[in-house]
Amino acid sequence: MELSGAKILVQSLIDEGVEYIFGYPGGAVLHLYDALYQQEDIKHILVRHEQGATHAADGYARSTGKPGVVLVTSGPGATNAVTGIATAYMDSIPMVIISGQVSLPVIGSDAFQEVDMIGITRPCVKHNFLVKDVTKLAETIKKAFYVATTGRPGPVVIDVPKDITAPHIKVPYKYPKKVTIRSYNPVVTINKGQIKKAVELLLSAQKPIIYSGGGVVLGEASKELTAFTRTLGYPITNTLMGLGAYPSTDKQNIGMLGMHGTYEANMAMHESDVIIAIGARFDDRVTGKLDLFCPYAKIIHIDIDPASISKTVRVDIPIVGEVKPVLELMMELIKESSAKPNKKALALWWQQIATWQAVDCLQFDRESPLIKPQYVIEQLYDVTKGDAYVTSDVGQHQMWAAQYYRFDKPRRWINSGGLGTMGFGLPAAIGVKLAHPDADVACVTGEASIQMCIQELSTALQYKTPIKIINLNNRYMGMVRQWQEFSYECRYSHSYMDTIPDFVKLAEAYGHVGIRIDKPEEVRPALESAFNMKDRTVFLDIMTDRTENVYPMIEAGKGHHDMKLRVALGSTTDRELA
Amino acid sequence: MRHIISILIENESGALSRVAGLFSARGYNIESLTVAITEDPSLSRMTLVTRGSEEIIEQITKQLNKLIDVVKLIDLAESFHIERELMMVKIKATGNMRDEIRSMADIFRGKIIDVTPSTYIIEMTGASEKLDAFVAAIDSDSIIEVVRSGPTGISRGEKGLHL
Ligand SMILES: Cc1cc2nc3c(=O)[nH]c(=O)nc-3n(C[C@H](O)[C@H](O)[C@H](O)COP(=O)(O)OP(=O)(O)OC[C@H]3O[C@@H](n4cnc5c(N)ncnc54)[C@H](O)[C@@H]3O)c2cc1C
Ligand SMILES: Cc1ncc(C[n+]2csc(CCOP(=O)(O)OP(=O)(O)O)c2C)c(N)n1
Ligand SMILES: [Mg+2]
Repeated sequence: MELSGAKILVQSLIDEGVEYIFGYPGGAVLHLYDALYQQEDIKHILVRHEQGATHAADGYARSTGKPGVVLVTSGPGATNAVTGIATAYMDSIPMVIISGQVSLPVIGSDAFQEVDMIGITRPCVKHNFLVKDVTKLAETIKKAFYVATTGRPGPVVIDVPKDITAPHIKVPYKYPKKVTIRSYNPVVTINKGQIKKAVELLLSAQKPIIYSGGGVVLGEASKELTAFTRTLGYPITNTLMGLGAYPSTDKQNIGMLGMHGTYEANMAMHESDVIIAIGARFDDRVTGKLDLFCPYAKIIHIDIDPASISKTVRVDIPIVGEVKPVLELMMELIKESSAKPNKKALALWWQQIATWQAVDCLQFDRESPLIKPQYVIEQLYDVTKGDAYVTSDVGQHQMWAAQYYRFDKPRRWINSGGLGTMGFGLPAAIGVKLAHPDADVACVTGEASIQMCIQELSTALQYKTPIKIINLNNRYMGMVRQWQEFSYECRYSHSYMDTIPDFVKLAEAYGHVGIRIDKPEEVRPALESAFNMKDRTVFLDIMTDRTENVYPMIEAGKGHHDMKLRVALGSTTDRELA
Repeated sequence: MRHIISILIENESGALSRVAGLFSARGYNIESLTVAITEDPSLSRMTLVTRGSEEIIEQITKQLNKLIDVVKLIDLAESFHIERELMMVKIKATGNMRDEIRSMADIFRGKIIDVTPSTYIIEMTGASEKLDAFVAAIDSDSIIEVVRSGPTGISRGEKGLHL
């Protein structure tokens, strides 16, 4: 079969099993758009800004595990996509981004809408390709999907010069079933010796803790993690990216750790003698000050990426491999082992953890006449029966969503953790809803974040993706204001906008339903009616307490054991109490 | 400590910039970098000299290995190896200086490869310290230019960096 480059590209995506492309046309990709027009297998979602395309594809990928696909034109189309590419890169999300490029003969001549996409994206992609030969196009696409989805996943850019897609140049087409890249081998042999050592250490622990992260979600290893944790009976804490990989409502789960994690999770990390980190990367939001990090613990670390191991925190037993097979091997050894978890020590450990839990670090004022953002999330959880897909933007609202929506399943919590990209939530929700048309999809956002990609409300209407936008409107860039309150003596420098739009009218202008909520008692009924409007996108503009802060918090330069709590503890330290 | 990292990398446009970009983006230092094709035209061999603590060197090698274009690499400093650098020095040489420079070149086993009435070009290979020593031994006012390739290296014995 002889096809033009444009048709080859589209056919390759079809043969790869791609359902949706999120994109935006322009000169350099016109041949491609013409080829898209002439087929019906792939649905193209026309966004309103290329950043929206990347986040929507990302939301699709995070909620399904399948790679998200983006198509943008050269120059400004390509640069607009960069924020979304970097967002996916930081959280290891599989995506393939096809960018148009000026024709090969004029590359390098500052041609119209030319940017060096390969150069610009180099530091924020897993890999990128410039296609220089149309006969290599299909193979390059296969390679891009292969690289994006194997090993530690990540975004891959394919830069396609316009002349490569020209309709009159036809070459034989065959989509390769398999590709290999001699310099890339994502399959690692697991070192059994290390596993054995790890199991011995784990079973000798007195104060163990399981610290699990996004790698468990990415590696589809929730079931294995759950079995492993239940078998051992050890406490488990999740990173922001790992929420849902182990049921949040389970009693062994002591909540998120890190800067806005629970008091009990951070104290348990600090006091632990053995930590097993599973698909987590010791991010600075998690560790706090490195010198103070987990002073008494021996650390086991499972990660597919050797570069994640001992990058910031030196570990004692590194295990390179996929979470799933590693946990399976560990389970076998645990079952065979004559050693068992130390029941007595474990009972004492749980007792100590209970004293930390008694601090009730997530308490908030339930009597307030103002709407408390935490209350809104609790109600959202209740109304959706804990079974919604929740996307979020970045700020205080993100932390409250993470703390108060108790995710029991993986891939339900969709947020930008590593890059912290405001503007992520709305387009991501559209991608999620396309992938899961029958599920409830909520986007928890703030009045500042939502304005960064607000134009995608128009996309939501065109493609009938009824999502519920929960705007925790505190009339502040709350997260920035909080830092200014704590660290800059309340000098609220530019963390406030004087002219916040009327979101109800704005939602209506975009063809959606807008509801403004001013009182606590209105929250529940408004949420119920929003989720009952199955086929409408509803924008809930909720006026929350402006001065509310996210607690607990590890402030800059502090360790896990030194959290700022809403209600400060007495002078006795908990170490002394215990 | 100084490390010489020898890398086998796909001979593709952009491969070099991935390596250089990695170093600048992550704040690792590069003392020198040489790259040229190998006996297999699809592969280039790169020799990179860097300095850092054990932790940093470990991260550098891990991050380099992550680059899709990198086929293999070794840290030559970890085993017995031979290291050579090529240098060419253009030196003002007039009057009785001509003899003096020639004998200096002899001592360092350099070769005079170009002669004009007022200059010599001396070619020299060796370990980088030897080249440093030669440059230091010549009066700096008489040096017109110094061109150095940066070190390249190869491990001793049967072991080798190949596919
Ligand atoms: C405002 C704000 C506040 C934040 N506060 C917190 C906080 O309080 N607590 C918190 O935890 N985070 C917080 N974060 C998020 C933080 O910045 C990091 O994104 C997050 O901690 C990283 O999560 P992770 O360690 O699970 O790693 P991820 O980024 O999810 O990385 C996954 C790791 O698993 C590995 N991996 C991937 N696939 C596999 C596999 N199949 N098998 C084995 N390994 C695999 C990868 O190589 C990588 O090392 C905050 C972010 C923002 C924006
Ligand atoms: C694109 C981008 N710019 C700036 C920031 C820095 N930042 C982090 S949180 C935040 C404020 C967010 O305000 P809002 O969306 O209202 O959420 P709130 O904290 O009030 O809940 C800012 C500016 C960011 N994360 N992303
Ligand atoms: Mg706000």
